[in-house]
Order: sequence, then C-alpha cells, then structure tokens
Amino acid sequence: MGNPMRIRASVQEGMTEVKVLMQHEMETGLRKDADGKLVPAWHITELKAVHNGKTVLEGQFGTAVSKNPYLVFRFKGGVSGEKISVNWVDNKGDTRSDEVEIS
Amino acid sequence: MNAPILKNGFFVFLFSIYCSVVLAESNASDEIAKYREMISDGNPAEFDEMRGEDLWKKPSGPNKVSMQKCDLGKGIGIVKGAYAELPKYFPDTDRVQDLESRLVFCMTTLQGIPEKEIIAKPFGGDNYKPDIESYVAYVVGQSKGVKMNVSLTHPKEKEAYEIGKRIFTYRAGPYDFACSTCHGQDNIRIRMQNLPNFNNLKDSQAAYISWPAYRVSQGLFRSFQWRLNDCFRQQRFPEPQYASELTIDLAIFMARNANNAIYAGPGLKR
Repeated sequence: MGNPMRIRASVQEGMTEVKVLMQHEMETGLRKDADGKLVPAWHITELKAVHNGKTVLEGQFGTAVSKNPYLVFRFKGGVSGEKISVNWVDNKGDTRSDEVEIS
Repeated sequence: MNAPILKNGFFVFLFSIYCSVVLAESNASDEIAKYREMISDGNPAEFDEMRGEDLWKKPSGPNKVSMQKCDLGKGIGIVKGAYAELPKYFPDTDRVQDLESRLVFCMTTLQGIPEKEIIAKPFGGDNYKPDIESYVAYVVGQSKGVKMNVSLTHPKEKEAYEIGKRIFTYRAGPYDFACSTCHGQDNIRIRMQNLPNFNNLKDSQAAYISWPAYRVSQGLFRSFQWRLNDCFRQQRFPEPQYASELTIDLAIFMARNANNAIYAGPGLKR
C-alpha cells in the first residue's frame, strides 16, 4: 500500500471540484544518485477516480509528472455527502486507494 | 527637419522597450502569484506534518521516551502556538534557543539520542527524511494562524537580538557579502527571485511567516536552519554549525522583526 493521499472535494456551481495531492517519489529512471548510479524508475502509471460506481477520471502518468503530484479536476454531478475514491498503480505494482466525502 | 523626428522616434522606441520590460517583469510576478495560488491547496508539507506528529507521539531513542515530554517554551507537552514565540530564553539551558536547538536538546536529554547522530545529517535528501525535520514541520504547523510574538524581555534575548542585528550586516567570505548585501534594500531581486528587505517591516513579516516550507524544486521540506545554511552557502561562507548560537542570534533578529504578523507556515516555495 502506497503513501496516503490528501483529497478534497467540493461542489461549485453544479460541478464537483476534486483536489488530489499524492505522495510519490516519481523517479523517471534517468536520474543519477550521489554515487553516479542510475536511480531506477519508480512512478505512478495509472490513476483512476470513481464516483457512484462511475469512473470520472482516468489517467496514464509517465515520467513527465513530477514528485508528489498535485491534480485538480472537475466533473459534472456529485452531491454533498457522496463519496469519491481515487486510486493509483505504480510501475512496481504498488497501489494506493483513498476515499473522501464531497463536502 | 528629419533629425528631430528621428530623435523622437528613437526615444519612443526606447520607451516602448522599457515599458515592455517593466510590464514583462510585473506580468511575471503576477503569474508567479497566480501559480502560487493554484498550488496552495496541494502543499506536500502536510505529509511532513503528519509524519512529524506520528513520530512526536512515539516513544523513541535509547530511553524510549516520546517528544510529548518536550518543553518548547509554553510548558511540557504544549505544541500549539509554541513556534510563534521562538526563539526565546529557556531557564533549563540558560540560553536563548530556536526550535531546532530545542528539539536537539529534547532528543538528546529526554530520548538519549547522541547529539553527533542528530547533527551529522540534519537536512533531508535522497530517500532520507531526518526525524528532526519532520518534528519541525509538525511544530510549525501547530502555530499556523497564530500571531508572531517573540519577546525581548530577558537580557539574553535582548543580547541575542543585538548580536543577530550585527551579524546581519557583517561582511565576510570571498565576496565580502553580508546578509544585508542582498536583503538590505527595497525592490531588488536575483534573476527572477524577489529579495525581501529585512530593514522593512512588511518584507520581514512576509518572508518570515513563509518559512519553513516545502521546496517544490527540491521535492523536500526545508527548515529554517536549512534556509540559514543555504544563505551561508550562497554567500560562499563556511557552513554554520547546526543550531549554533550564531544561527539562533540571526533567527531571533528575523523572528522578532516579524512580530504581529500571522504565521502562515509551513509554506510552499518554488
């Protein structure tokens, strides 16, 4: 299980705005450490946000996304009190899933 | 008859270049302010705060004691609002201390961790988050929204402030830089980094309440001791000893100058 995410979701003018802060090193596999050795690639590859059983966001992250990714997105619908869950998978097969109530 | 028109045109041309440079600068700082606003809700320092809080409550070190027994100046176990009053004089050590030196004191005397171990690698790096920095994140977060209130009632506090003030203007190193060389005038910058003037109240307040902070470019949470260490590095000074009297005197000078500002940390920086 990966590190916890910080998710905030609120309704604004008929759209639900979701802000997700993920904790992940997001190593590209191209960086070298202090000894000159290549730091192996370690980054989130897939991201999914689900609301009421429906996928509202699906993403494929690559090496262009930087450390501790912060993502803000909006989707139509969503009512205060309903749950949003966000989950990711990384290239090592690790996953993380967090859920939050829309405020 | 052509010469005056030519001269006029030339000055109009110069003026329009000047305008576009000035506008570009103000647009750039507006854009930077917009960027800061956009990412303000996603401060990874929150994770350092969470880690710090968990560690704070855990009995650790050879003595298996938790940091909840640490006195940060408002009494044992009181963390809320403590940072807004630091640095201050502590009777048990008979000296003025900042947050980091107080944490070192608690980690060594209460938990029994050797000081050498704490000071050897006190700043975060690749896959390395020292406990002391997580404590810093947690403690400063507990002063968010609190008014800065550094007192200079004890004679040692007054002395530390005065020494800090002297250090601020002390020129040294191969470039003959003092802190005031970069931080002693209004409205100057290094490349695109605006430099706060610590002789100016508003700048002092705005700068002090935004540190410690998560540095996006480094992907790490950076404490105030780190910030001082990095300033020394930028001035090509020798590395200051971690949480030494020198750094505490500078810190109380800067903290006191920020009094009455509402502490906003931990911050988020480029």
